[in-house]
Amino acid sequence: MDVFDKPKITETKTKKRDIPKGLWVKCKDCGEMIFSKELAANLKVCPKCDLHFSMTAAERVAALADEGTWTEYDADLVSVDVLKFTGVAAYSERLKSHQRQTGVLDAIQTGLCKITGHDVSLAVMDFGFLGGSMGSVVGEKVTRSIEKATELKIPSIVVSASGGARMYEGILSLMQLAKTSGALALHAKAGLPYFSVLTHPTTAGVMASYASLGDVIIAEPKALIGFAGPRVIKETTQQELPDGFQTSEFLRERGLIDVIVHRKQLKETIGKMLDYFSGRGKRKFKAA
Amino acid sequence: MRLFTLDFEKPIVDLEETIAELRKQADEQKIDLSAQIKAIEEKLEKTRKEVFTNLTPWQRVQLARHPKRPYMLDFLQRIATDFTELHGDRRFGDDHAIIGGLATIDGQRVMVIGQQKGRDTKENLMRNFGSPHPEGYRKALRLMQLAEKFDLPVICFIDTPGAYPGVGAEERHIAEAIAVNLREMMVLKTPMIAIVIGEGGSGGALGIGVCDRVLIMENAYYSVISPEGCAAILWKDRAAASQAAAALKISAKDLLELDIVDEVIPEPLGGAQKDYDATAATLKKAILKHLDKLMDVKMSELLENRYKKFRKMGVVAKAEPKKRGKKAALPVAQTT
Ligand SMILES: [Zn+2]
Repeated sequence: MDVFDKPKITETKTKKRDIPKGLWVKCKDCGEMIFSKELAANLKVCPKCDLHFSMTAAERVAALADEGTWTEYDADLVSVDVLKFTGVAAYSERLKSHQRQTGVLDAIQTGLCKITGHDVSLAVMDFGFLGGSMGSVVGEKVTRSIEKATELKIPSIVVSASGGARMYEGILSLMQLAKTSGALALHAKAGLPYFSVLTHPTTAGVMASYASLGDVIIAEPKALIGFAGPRVIKETTQQELPDGFQTSEFLRERGLIDVIVHRKQLKETIGKMLDYFSGRGKRKFKAA
Repeated sequence: MRLFTLDFEKPIVDLEETIAELRKQADEQKIDLSAQIKAIEEKLEKTRKEVFTNLTPWQRVQLARHPKRPYMLDFLQRIATDFTELHGDRRFGDDHAIIGGLATIDGQRVMVIGQQKGRDTKENLMRNFGSPHPEGYRKALRLMQLAEKFDLPVICFIDTPGAYPGVGAEERHIAEAIAVNLREMMVLKTPMIAIVIGEGGSGGALGIGVCDRVLIMENAYYSVISPEGCAAILWKDRAAASQAAAALKISAKDLLELDIVDEVIPEPLGGAQKDYDATAATLKKAILKHLDKLMDVKMSELLENRYKKFRKMGVVAKAEPKKRGKKAALPVAQTT
């Protein structure tokens, strides 16, 4: 997006998957050295200061879906270098190297699963793949995920982690904002609940589309959330930024976020809300 | 009248000045320089064609940002017989970077909405250089829903460098304001046309751009990021903006090929700023043509077509299942 600069992500957060098992990870907030297995067992949350590290899509799915219920869809979709984007780096090269590094094809996983017994259509973004940027694959998979929820008359959940639209796909990536938001219009018309979960960081194009449109907007603690990047805002306005600007806590105080939930309570919280939004007392979820 | 000159217009301006000088000499000294003048005039015509028919994407961006370029209100003055501006988002304030109101074009009553830049420093401060705050998008949606209620088609004029990156804009959730517009425009029950008349700056442009028809002026651009922003991130150098402009495929012709816009509206040679009246007349014709067609479409069909229009944007491929050796990606047609 125009006004976005890359959010500052600490080394320990992004490079986690590169670190061989058995190594120690340093928490960037409190400096604690954490055994990486221990970190993984703790849902990638610092045991000392509660900093929420980035999760891969697979880790996130494992943390949310009821065991044995996950069916992934559209796992084989890959990005195409439509614009033949060459510059300092060719898009096709960057795609290949990220696919090699991460072992996944793009910045999202989508599928059907149960969360505390409720059927849901779940999409999970992966910041580790090209900064979770949204190109055609992310836009298409989010759209299909929402459309599947509409078709099956079930809730839709998107867990976001993204620096915004994927520059390398130019205007096509911008149009994913319209496409995904449009799918949510039809899902909403069908009277179905949509949950948006914001994790560190969720900004720019993703924030200006489905991430902002939840019936309930849940955020993880201390996530960077916003439209423009803080550096761009500072440069444009020549203004000092307020304390805690663009954090989950800041935005809850300003009315955007319904609830900030610790990662360990996330599944339980979503499950409880699904109980409420499934309607009609004790009956299972049905569309209006 | 000394107009603002862009770098690549320099050879043209030089020739124009030479001609003016010769005319002055001929007049003052009562000598016949008509042969020389004619020769240079011919050269001028040739140079003009050469420069303006081979504009690079970056040169077009400069034309799109030309300080003399006609803005929404310049067009309205010429294509509408009536305009009553409606102010405010009923939430926080009235954003002067997005204006809207009731207008009549060739007898057809419509709701017009669009970004408006300022002509001088004072007006630009008031208009925030055409960069809207959340209030602008919320006002736009309010007016669209008003139009829906009273069966007025909506015409959106897109001309913004982008939504405003400021503290207040973030505190009042500009991303949410844009997102809500994208969702609600998709199901708004009235015909809608958007025209990118100058700068189509990313989400700030799209925030009023989810329409049944999306048209673009010949020298306008529409992009996910400004060429300078892209250059700063990918080239680590804002001066690489011209390379970024080319790589991003943001010119009208590219956008038509990519199926992002439905029609390119031609401008006078040298850009819309050369002739407001002629540009406005062409624009008016295009609006009326598309409006005429859209008004005949059944509402359910209109909405279905709008959804499909944006639904098919984007290109994905399927990775072949891993057999022997490397997997290859095959482009496939979009589903649904
Ligand atoms: Zn810590």
